[in-house]
Parts: sequence; C-alpha cells; structure tokens
Amino acid sequence: MPGLEDLYREIILDHYRNPRNRGELEAPPATRVEGFNPLCGDEIVVYLDVDDDGTIADIRIGGQGCSISQSSASMMSAAVKGKTVREVQALTRAFKGMMSIHESSLDGEADADSEAAEEAAADEVRLGDLEALRGVVKFPVRIKCATLSWNTLAQGLAEAAEAG
Amino acid sequence: MSTIEERTDPIDVAAVKADFPLLAREIKGRPIVYLDSAATSQKPRSVIEAMTGYYETINANVHRGVYEIAEASTNALEDARAATARFIGASSPNEIVFTKNATEGLNLVARSWGGANLRSGDAVLLTQLEHHANIVPWFQIAAEKGVEIRWIPLTADGKLDLTDLDRLLDGVKMVGLSAMSNVTGTLTPVRRITDAAHAAGALVSLDACQFVPHLPTDVAKLGADFASFSGHKMCGPTGIGVLWGREALLDAMPPFLGGGGMILDVSLDGWIPADLPAKFEAGTPPIAEAVGLHAAIDYLSGIGMDAVRRHEVTLTGYALRTLRERFGDQITIHGPSEPAERGGVMSLAMEGIHPHDLAQVLDEHAVCIRPGHHCAKPLMKVLGVGATARASFYVYNDETDVDALAEALDAAAGFFSF
Ligand SMILES: Cc1ncc(COP(=O)(O)O)c(C=O)c1O
Repeated sequence: MPGLEDLYREIILDHYRNPRNRGELEAPPATRVEGFNPLCGDEIVVYLDVDDDGTIADIRIGGQGCSISQSSASMMSAAVKGKTVREVQALTRAFKGMMSIHESSLDGEADADSEAAEEAAADEVRLGDLEALRGVVKFPVRIKCATLSWNTLAQGLAEAAEAG
Repeated sequence: MSTIEERTDPIDVAAVKADFPLLAREIKGRPIVYLDSAATSQKPRSVIEAMTGYYETINANVHRGVYEIAEASTNALEDARAATARFIGASSPNEIVFTKNATEGLNLVARSWGGANLRSGDAVLLTQLEHHANIVPWFQIAAEKGVEIRWIPLTADGKLDLTDLDRLLDGVKMVGLSAMSNVTGTLTPVRRITDAAHAAGALVSLDACQFVPHLPTDVAKLGADFASFSGHKMCGPTGIGVLWGREALLDAMPPFLGGGGMILDVSLDGWIPADLPAKFEAGTPPIAEAVGLHAAIDYLSGIGMDAVRRHEVTLTGYALRTLRERFGDQITIHGPSEPAERGGVMSLAMEGIHPHDLAQVLDEHAVCIRPGHHCAKPLMKVLGVGATARASFYVYNDETDVDALAEALDAAAGFFSF
C-alpha cells in the first residue's frame, strides 16, 4: 500500500516551501498562460520568455494550489529554464510518460522498463529531480495536480510559437 | 433561533453506528472515521435490506400492471410518496415529485416554472452561498429569456446580509435560496426571506438538500413554494430525489420531460399530460430507490428529527470548541460561530496546508473529509479561498470522530510544518 512518503518526498516539500522562479514577467513581450484544475481549484500561471533561437530564456510561475501542483510547477521551471523548445518537448513527453498510470506499475516498484522510460531513454532525457514526483501515480486523483503545470507550459509554448 | 446547545447527546450513537454496516469496516488498519455526510450519507442496514427485499419479492414495473406483484410494487412507490409527504409536512402526496436528485428538482423548477413564467426584464434573486445546482439552471434560463440575476451578499461570518433585501427584491419573480449551506453550514432565515419574497410578488425555490436530512422540516412553516432534496444525503439510496411544490403551482406548470407515465392521452395529433404527480415523472421511476427512501425516512423518524438536530448541535459545539482550543490561530473555521446558527458542516483551513494535502494526510488516518470548492465557487470567492477542507457530521458521528479528526489534523500540521 502506498504511503504518504511515496507522495510527499522531501524534495517536493522543499519546492513547495521554497518555490523556484516564482513571480511574473511582463507580458508581452513574455507569454502568459493560465491553467486550472477544476476539480480542486488549483491554478497555475506560467510566464515564458522564448528567445529567437528557440531557447527558454526565462520562466516565472504564479498561481496557488496544493503542494503537488505547486512543487511540480517549481521543479518544472527549474528543469526547463535555459533548454531549447525541442528539449522541453522531449522532457514533457518523458514526464507525462512517468505520470501515465497505464505505463507505470501501480503496486510495485517504479517500472524501469516501462514504455515511457524507454521513450525517455530514446529521447536521451534525464528527468533528474522530477523523478521525485514518480510516487504521484500511486495516488491517481493527484496526477492532474502534477501534470497541470506541464500542460500549461505546453499551451504557453504553442502560443509563443504562434506569436513568434 | 433559541440556543439549544447542550452537553449531553440525545442519541445513543454507539447503537446508531451499529446500524450502518459500512461504518464497521477498517481503512488502512484503522476504524473508518466518516466525516463526509454532506456529500452523501452512509446507509443503515434497514435501507439496504428494504431495497434487497423489494427486488427479491415484489420487483415489477409500476402503474399499469394488474398482476399481484405489479400492484404491490405500485403500492410501495405510492407509500413512499405518502411517507415523504408526511416527513416534510406537505399537504398532499400529489405535491411530492420523485426526481433523480436535488439537482433535477432545482432544474425542473427553473425549466418548467421559469420557462412558463419568466419574461424579459424580470429578475431572479439568488444568494452567494448557493450550490451550483441552484445557480446554473437559473443562468441557463436567464440567458434564454433575458432575465437579470441578482445576488444576496454575505457577511464576514458567512451569513446572508439582508440589509438591502427589499431593494434587491424589486422586480424579482423567483428567489433561489439554500436553507443550509453545504460549505459553511449556515442556516439561512428561510421564513424571513419567503415572507419578504411573497410580499414583493416573488416565489421561492428552496434548496433543502442539506436541510431535510438534518432538521425537522415543515414546508408550510418554512413558507417556500418549492423545495428540492436528495435521498442519498438522508440515509437513503442514490438515484432518487424529491421536488416538493405547492399543488396549485405544480398543477399550472408544464411537464419537464416527456415520455411514458406522464401522459393522460397520446394520439397522432398530440398529447394531454397526466395529473400530478405523474405529470413530472416521465419514464419508469426509481422504484427500489423510493422503497429505500421510505426506509430511510422511517429510520430517521425512529430516531426523531428533533433528536437528530440536537445531536448535531451538541456535536458541532464540541467540534468547534475542540478544534479552536487545540489549534488556535492555526485553524480557520468558516461560517457562523454559534452551533445553533449552523448545521454540522464545517469548512476548515489549516495555516499553510492546502485542503487537498490536508485531506490526503487525513486519509492516512482513515479520516474521510472532502477538499475542493464543493460546487459553490461563488462562495469560495467570497471566502477568499480556492478550496476548503470540509468535515460534516451526521447521526452516526460522535465525539470520538471529532477527536480522531483533531488527531489527524495535528499529524498533518506536523507533517507540513515549515
Ligand atoms: C446544498 C446542496 N444543493 C444541491 C446539491 C446537489 O445534490 P445532488 O448532487 O444530490 O443533486 C448538494 C449536494 O451536493 C448540496 O449540498
């Protein structure tokens, strides 16, 4: 049976208490997108500054919500800052793969040979600290909390591409 | 409302608890502490057995059957209707329409009454503590008809602010009013508002979903014109709700859904609706559910609704004292501070802990509470929060449940301490 320590890893609580890249960017020129989780009222605002060669030059996070949604957003901001849009897309795929119930074993250890991990390996993506969120899949109602910021980021990148 | 808080419980909760099979189970190795009755109540054995008994002995479709069990099934449905009428002081079983839930009752009033009676330029008055079920149907009909929606505001402690009531009522044709908030537990001054509404020429559609399960209900005394509630929050099954309406009003309203059971005659040229209450009950009704609701009403009547209310006031008083003493400034309990002014529903905020996280840690302690906006987003906005953690009590809860809640809150505070 999954325990709370599977969900609330120390690194997650650290990002919740000390969120990285918290704040705003002036939009425009930055892109501003909002994401909502209608079930629990979580709200994420992502500010993105994508420079001409397709690198995320800066990112800021606003909004309010539970520790999982807010720490996931903080960890995401740290992970994508300075990366190219292509790298971020690969990272997003890897993260969403990890968050997919179907591709992770629910009862045992995290599945090293799951499809998602294979895909991630193919993309040569290292999830790094984001791995700490793997335990969330054992609490299915919380998955949407963890993926909210990533979905919002994807929307922001699409909007930035359109605008640029 | 007189102060009825007392320190001794009028209910033998241990005996009541033993009537509810689910409450005997364990979660994660601990006895379950069920504090989510505002979402749905647990069911006593008598309700479960009544429904099983119905299926095992008299299951048949109702109304047109002539054979013995079809007649028995029809009688069971109509007995349930009569019992429901008695339970809420309706003047006739014809005033009881079985619906799917409270939401359907509230929609029926907005669609059927609103569709026939609202005109462009009319206004509908709602309160800021309404459940979405008494908001969205009015928005829907208002958009079609060009009707203005107005709001009764709230005071800081979550009561209705009636300062401007007379001005707000000017031009209003219908008031949508919750008798008790599912978020703050606020009991609203129903009679005062129904009197003022009637004086202003408006009707009142009462959301009695949290009221009927917890307080003695007499629709005549409340003075409303319609009242909707759900079986599943009052020890009954899911799948059945009740719309009560004044017979003359229901009689004059057009049917809501069309189909079998709701007609007097159908020909190639058209149709004639049936009389009440069949007019509003298209299709096969929730028969086994009505039998279950009847058993739930018998169960609650056996305890006595006065005792249910006094028990909840006592327990809510204990919970307010316990949580305030133990957590002080660390906890915010939304809503009125006096147990006599509220039901056994409390929305909690713990300093620095999001409701979602709070509920997650409480689950580890087998304490079932509900995080979220509780389908009352306008109210969340007034409270200045995105979500709350809601604990709610019923006949089977006692001080040990409150103590378990306090223990679990303590553990959560420790877990998330910065
Ligand atoms: C005050 C109030 N109104 C309406 C409803 C809707 O009830 P149901 O979902 O059973 O239709 C609820 C329950 O969620 C409620 O608490």
